[in-house]
Amino acid sequence: MSATAARPSAALPGLGRKIGSLRRERRWALVTAYISLVIAAIFMLGPPLYMLLTSLKTSAEIADLSRSPWSISTVTLSNYAAILGDPMFRGFFYNSIIVTVLVVAITMVISVLAAFALARMRFFGSQVLATGVFLTYLVPDTLLFIPLYQIVGGLGLLNSIWGLVLVYPTLTVPFCTWIMIGYFASIPKELDEAALIDGAGWMQMLTKIFIPVALPGIIAATIFAFTVSWAAFVYPTAFITQPDSMPLTIGVVSQLIRGDTFAWGQLMAGALLAALPPVIVYAFLMDYYIAGLTAGATKG
Amino acid sequence: MAQVTLRRIIKEYEGGVQAVKGIDLDIADHEFVVLVGPSGCGKSTTLRMIAGLEEISAGDIAIGGALVNDIPPRDRDIAMVFQNYALYPHMTVYDNMAFGLMLRKFPKAEIDRRVKEAARILDIGMLLDRKPKALSGGQRQRVAMGRAIVRDPKVFLFDEPLSNLDAKLRVQMRTEIKKVHQTVKTTTIYVTHDQVEAMTLADRVVVMNHGVIEQVGPPQELYHNPATRFVAGFIGSPAMNFIPCRLEQGGAGLQVELPGGVALPVPAERKARYTAHQGRELLFGIRPEHLTEVRPNDHRDNMAVFEAVPEVVEPMGMETLAHFRVDGAEICARLDPATPAAPGRKLPLAADMAKMHLIDPKSDKVL
Repeated sequence: MSATAARPSAALPGLGRKIGSLRRERRWALVTAYISLVIAAIFMLGPPLYMLLTSLKTSAEIADLSRSPWSISTVTLSNYAAILGDPMFRGFFYNSIIVTVLVVAITMVISVLAAFALARMRFFGSQVLATGVFLTYLVPDTLLFIPLYQIVGGLGLLNSIWGLVLVYPTLTVPFCTWIMIGYFASIPKELDEAALIDGAGWMQMLTKIFIPVALPGIIAATIFAFTVSWAAFVYPTAFITQPDSMPLTIGVVSQLIRGDTFAWGQLMAGALLAALPPVIVYAFLMDYYIAGLTAGATKG
Repeated sequence: MAQVTLRRIIKEYEGGVQAVKGIDLDIADHEFVVLVGPSGCGKSTTLRMIAGLEEISAGDIAIGGALVNDIPPRDRDIAMVFQNYALYPHMTVYDNMAFGLMLRKFPKAEIDRRVKEAARILDIGMLLDRKPKALSGGQRQRVAMGRAIVRDPKVFLFDEPLSNLDAKLRVQMRTEIKKVHQTVKTTTIYVTHDQVEAMTLADRVVVMNHGVIEQVGPPQELYHNPATRFVAGFIGSPAMNFIPCRLEQGGAGLQVELPGGVALPVPAERKARYTAHQGRELLFGIRPEHLTEVRPNDHRDNMAVFEAVPEVVEPMGMETLAHFRVDGAEICARLDPATPAAPGRKLPLAADMAKMHLIDPKSDKVL
């Protein structure tokens, strides 16, 4: 008792401080935050900026080591023109788009249905299953690609984008399901009970209530699935060796590095073009992602 | 025809805990019944079993004469209003109310007619295009009621619908609910822990405690003739006073002997009822409103006068509450505000013995 009684008096000197201290602490926090953010921004944005500068240079200028790599004398779009004008690279783009769209669609159908079942339908082993789904995500793809090579090979899908459509969901489904379980679990139970009494079946409850209410979560999961399948590198490296089935990620690297000859300008232009779609997707969907649609569902 | 019948309803959870221990209840058509009791008494579980949201472990539930034990909620023709409103956040008020009818494939014109009619009854016509997040608590509660009304179900179920509202709004919505019931007359089962809500709304009140029904009856009946100590203490505010006593034969007849030597005469008409308990240790129960100041020229029958020393005096405006102790038991008396009562000063009090209760402490039954 004496210890608890002593605590408030020990805290009392804090009360006696100058009134301006709160403002001072807030300013301190802001300054620290800005310094950290600037360092992080330099760290994160340095490489893409360097890529952009390099992609705008001629090969001769890139090879000229006498000048600072951050300066640029003649801006040229020839690297971009070369990439975009090459039907093979347009093929890479096309492959990436097909694979990504299909994988995102498959992932969202599977994980929304799975998450709904795991979050709302109490059945034997549902808890274990939910944890199991997440654990599978923890197995790295660098470990999985060897057994998966056997499976994909056995199915005759090596050197085919369909092999990628088959294996990417092993990366995306567990994590997306996990995100969606969390979102569905945050929807108040009374909402489905109200729907149940209003006459909705499980499927109507999912499509008319859960999916619209959990839209921010679904968009977050979609962004994740999109990013993973667009940027996947290990699986296509292992399963695809012929250029006509390559997605952009490995196509750029494999076709622009010939032995020890690096076409740096085109390499950087290709990499930037490859990075563009995720940037666009994020820019458009970020507002949805942040907007809390559940506000007002219950007492708020 | 929508009477609701419960027969020996039991709800047992895994691990053998019984939330509801075999209750029987008959609710008539158009009746407004309130289930009331402290938290954990099984009232909400009972309501959810009627709704079909909770499975029953044993017993039978019939709605409108049809057994519904294994019928899913959507086919029971009931509508429920939840404590937290449970409005669909992505739909407008109109769509929230129309949702149930759309799922049941009602024609568009009929849906529109019903929604407009419910909106008129509840005075939310100007809110139909809004989303729930743009509504106040009271408005959300109205929409939740509108969603129930448009369905025109056999039974309305209310699960603590006013608990999330502030005190003033709660009183207002309480009146509103009563008004709606007087208009639409649908059989209503209403769950609350607030005995004032129960008293003001109900045709009949069902008092529950520890998974059993303590008493069923009209509010006035429960107030004047409680069956058990629990009901006597639960209904009425401030709560009934309980003082340990002995029932003895005095010079003028039976009398209640309180600790500290106060003896209060039992009214003659109660004699037959109490004679068998003469000489026993009992609990004397009397409501604060039947323990008043002594008025000059007070010639009411059965008034017993004794003196007490208040510890705390609370002026409420329309009345003054005086708290004192009799042998450790906290006693409250309701005085006229003009009474000169002060803590520590002797105050003569009059007990209206016609309103007294005697409780058997062994069975907790009112004698």
